[in-house]
Amino acid sequence: MLYWLSAWVCGSGKTLNEIISLQQVTYTYPGTSTPAIKNISLAIPAGQFCAIVGGNGAGKSTLAYTIAGFVPHFYHGTLQGEVSVAGIKTSSTPIHDLVSLVGLVFQNPFNQISGTKFTVREEIAFGMENLGIPRDEMAARCEAMMALVDINELAERFPLGLSGGQMQRVVIASILAMQPQILVLDEPTSQLDPIGSREVLAAIRQLSSQHQMTVLIIEHKLEWLAAYADRIIALAEGTIIADGSPSDVLSDETVWERGVGLTRYTLAARQARAEGRWPAGLKLPVTLEEAIESFQAAR
Amino acid sequence: MDLSINSLSYTYPSGVLALEDISLQIAYGESVAIVGQNGAGKTTLVKHLNGLLKPSSGKIQVGGWDTADHSVAELAIRVGYVFQNPDDQLFQSTVWSEVIFGPKNLGKAPDQISELANAALQAVGLNTSAQKHPYDLFASQRKMVALAAVLAMDTPIVIMDEPTTGQDYSGTQMVGQVVESLKKQSKTVITITHDIDFCAEHFERVVVMAQGRILIDGGAREVLSQTETLAQTYVEPPQLMRLAEHLGMGTMPLTADEFVAYWSLR
Repeated sequence: MLYWLSAWVCGSGKTLNEIISLQQVTYTYPGTSTPAIKNISLAIPAGQFCAIVGGNGAGKSTLAYTIAGFVPHFYHGTLQGEVSVAGIKTSSTPIHDLVSLVGLVFQNPFNQISGTKFTVREEIAFGMENLGIPRDEMAARCEAMMALVDINELAERFPLGLSGGQMQRVVIASILAMQPQILVLDEPTSQLDPIGSREVLAAIRQLSSQHQMTVLIIEHKLEWLAAYADRIIALAEGTIIADGSPSDVLSDETVWERGVGLTRYTLAARQARAEGRWPAGLKLPVTLEEAIESFQAAR
Repeated sequence: MDLSINSLSYTYPSGVLALEDISLQIAYGESVAIVGQNGAGKTTLVKHLNGLLKPSSGKIQVGGWDTADHSVAELAIRVGYVFQNPDDQLFQSTVWSEVIFGPKNLGKAPDQISELANAALQAVGLNTSAQKHPYDLFASQRKMVALAAVLAMDTPIVIMDEPTTGQDYSGTQMVGQVVESLKKQSKTVITITHDIDFCAEHFERVVVMAQGRILIDGGAREVLSQTETLAQTYVEPPQLMRLAEHLGMGTMPLTADEFVAYWSLR
């Protein structure tokens, strides 16, 4: 069904090991004195599914905007250091050239709906129209993306009349339809029900692995990230405090305390440890599978 | 101040039937979480409790007042409602004026207004942001302002629509503390939430909705362990119940403390 997707990414003709690269990046919003992100260096290989976690105000959204080029092109302010995506330096590339490369899903879906379209189907086509995608191709991608996030029955509805959760599905579909090489999502499932958000995240995860789409996702749903992210980058006060596998980052006590939090599996193991019922040297679990194994071992 | 919903049905002006024959009795002092998939009718249901919506058929009573006979302003004395989206609720130019607006309009005395407003801001960790413009805050903090504005009204019934959405771990814990403090004051707390772990940790009763109807209603432990019924409305049991199930534990835990206690007993 998704035959047309084969051209995604591969069509760029360029294979880059590090599709996202930040070197000593510091950014300060206009009218503020403290940088929102400080001295961040980061390399993300193509196709990686990478999560950004951290407390509110840690700099997660700013990092996302920086990778998508909204910093500095839209927000202005002072950007130091170098940001490049797919080998292109974002600070010297206009945002209209970056949009076909990096898709950004905003935290608040209401801010992303164009307001110029009367149906969900047209709304999903909006980005593609601006990229000049041929009509038949647009129609095919619309249907495929609506199917992917399960909104076919909303196709003829008025986008601004939808619930928050429905809008979140629509904006994800509209960005995916542009087939970006890099997808940046800022809390994309905050208004979805538990299984609905799992399904949407799983669909994005699947596209990422099938098409080598690089994903950078800001999410508070640690349980899901622990099981499915390739890598977790934890931020606090604008700097990276941990970067590694979910199991390493989320079981690190110094990370929990700095606004990231922990899954209930880790919380329960920590409680068992506090009561002296956890064997020394046994790693605290972060996923259900790890928890089943380690709680059995701990008995 | 009991809440009584009898045979409530509601059809939106567009013709969409959002609630169908809902009956629910909530005694004063209960803590109730309403869960269920997007579009199940959760928000539509709670908007009936402070009169924002009036039943198409059926009857709702708040401490004996029929909501059909009382204005939203009158009902605000009894029911505080925190919107899901703070931007639908906030309209003042400082956090402080936002938080005193409610108690002032309820006719409380000036000293009491300051006391209530300060306590509410303290509870949500915004006591140093009183003079800020709500739109200069993060969206997650704006949600806390909306919560504080309702807490300051000191109503016997507090309703929160998805209070933990967009909150980080400590923000969610703070909302949990607010719920605990309301419970301690013997107030009725009703929340809509998709965060099932939060639900298990803080609410005694859980009402599960699907397609405009109530699917299950009962104690949190009993309701949240019904994996198959929950799945019908896109909800799954809390993390620690799923773990307990896999470990073959007989009793389903609601909190990490309970989990470790049951696990240690085996």
